[in-house]
Amino acid sequence: MKPAKIVRAFYNDDDVLLSAVKTIKENKYHIEEVYTPFHVHGLDKVLGLKPTRIAIASFIYGCIGFAVSILMMNYTMIADWPQNIGGKPSFSYIENMPAFVPIMFELTVFFAAHLMVITFYLRSKMWPFKTAENPDPRTTDDHFLIEISVSEVTGKLKNILKNSGAVEINIIDSKEH
Amino acid sequence: MYKISNGIKIFSFTLILLGSIGWGYSYMDSHKTIEQVKEMLMHESSHGSSHADQSEHMEQINEDHHNDLNESSHDDEHAEHVMHQIHNRPYAALYIAAFFFMMISLGVLAFYAIQYASQSGWSPVLFRVMQAITYYLLPGALIVLAIAFFADKHLFIWMDPDVVAHDKLLQGKAGWLNKSAFLIRGLIFIGGWSLYRYFSRKFSLAQDLANDNKNFKRNFQISAGFLVFYIYTESMMSWDWVMSVDPHWFSTLFGWYVFASMVVSGITTIALMTIYLKSKGYMKFVNDSHLHDLAKYMFGFSVFWAYLWFSQFMLIWYANIPEEVTYFVTRIEDYTIPFFTMFALNFIFPFLVLMNSDYKRIPWFIVMAGMIILVGHYMDVYTMIMPATVGDRWDFGLPEISALALFTGLFIILVFYSLSKAPLLAKGNPFIKESENFHY
Repeated sequence: MKPAKIVRAFYNDDDVLLSAVKTIKENKYHIEEVYTPFHVHGLDKVLGLKPTRIAIASFIYGCIGFAVSILMMNYTMIADWPQNIGGKPSFSYIENMPAFVPIMFELTVFFAAHLMVITFYLRSKMWPFKTAENPDPRTTDDHFLIEISVSEVTGKLKNILKNSGAVEINIIDSKEH
Repeated sequence: MYKISNGIKIFSFTLILLGSIGWGYSYMDSHKTIEQVKEMLMHESSHGSSHADQSEHMEQINEDHHNDLNESSHDDEHAEHVMHQIHNRPYAALYIAAFFFMMISLGVLAFYAIQYASQSGWSPVLFRVMQAITYYLLPGALIVLAIAFFADKHLFIWMDPDVVAHDKLLQGKAGWLNKSAFLIRGLIFIGGWSLYRYFSRKFSLAQDLANDNKNFKRNFQISAGFLVFYIYTESMMSWDWVMSVDPHWFSTLFGWYVFASMVVSGITTIALMTIYLKSKGYMKFVNDSHLHDLAKYMFGFSVFWAYLWFSQFMLIWYANIPEEVTYFVTRIEDYTIPFFTMFALNFIFPFLVLMNSDYKRIPWFIVMAGMIILVGHYMDVYTMIMPATVGDRWDFGLPEISALALFTGLFIILVFYSLSKAPLLAKGNPFIKESENFHY
């Protein structure tokens, strides 16, 4: 059965939010999503989210950048148009390697950083001209929002939310959402 | 309170004893006469080792150049040169080990001062470990200075008046590189560092019993002042105590390069000691996150070291000016294995091993990476000192191992002695609660 109602509880402090998430979890309610204006330390652990794998992706991208830089410079500086580097016309990649290290470093960082950001956007389903998903613009300013989906709103849930420090509670039919 | 165990006492005194005996023996053994050296060289060339081939080849070139010189006088010259290198080796071995442990202590002192000056909240639980390690600084640095004077021209060629008399460059540098200035500078460095260490420890102990934060504030002020003093004196110390073994050569970022080495080995030592104490049931207040932060610093400063090492190398390699590039030519040609191994141990290994965030929380992983880093930085100091003093006559044998044992023993006994003098938690520090609850 699909949950019929969505409860949105607003908070205005990140520490209050963290403890609220804990109490809601303890009372076995299902938290759909939490919207915050900034990264809240430890929220992923409390919500029980799986650890991110973006670090592994970043390492792989770095390795790709490293390899690309070597191939690129070997082609441009050694193979296609042999260059006399620093007065040492050895025309060998390995003997000129110290001169290439800064570029190897830069391209490693460039690939790792850019591809990681792109991966992050794709994984978060974000792209240009996409309409915002956050249900209330205040979550981009000074409010934190917990979204809970339930089949029907009970007084118990409202009490839990109030006691956990919610400053505002809205109830919405999940159809209109 | 930490009580120094008998095991540690026996271990370190044994190391000191064995180290002194081993070094004393190799010192006596190094007093070869010119006849013995000639015999040895003859022996080597008859065996046709690669070294002998090389030197024969060199000799041929030299003979072509100086065909007016007769052969025997040239052989004498070469034998005398080799004899000096053999004489230098025990001094150099002792100096490297002494400098290495002094460097750890000084690095920790700088790191400790940064913690105070930045009023950082994560680290106060580690302060007593840092203070214990810096206890070694005063004796350690005095020993380095004493060895420098004891070794005299065996390490620092500019201390030999005969050499200076025939060397225009050294005459030009004599205003800075002369024995009395060297001594005065050395004493100023050591005096300044030790005064800071003395007062900082005193204020830290007083803060434990105080009701207000006056001692902490004083510690903050002297730490900020010390850091200014430190960055100047550390740089000059590295010119004096390390760079001047090659008195013709100079590098403007040498001070930073030695600083990076110093601070990364220092932080590694803090991590190793903390893990050791934790495994013995002390320092329960240190958690995973503290280790994680220490390991992050180990990782970060290893990369920083590599950056400085490479910056120095690349500029000199690129410009290819003979008087500069000779420094690396000697190291790459005569010290191929230690030179490149050192780079792998100090950069590639820590970079790959400590990259993963989860591994930075596993004690045995940090210990393993830390050992690699310490070995690597010992080799770094080795390749700074040895080429200038023993040339291609290097080895890793009795003199090096026993000097290392001697100073390891001395370092351990002094550090643990100091550790047993005060509670392991600096409980009066205003940030101590934040530090105990630190989590990432």
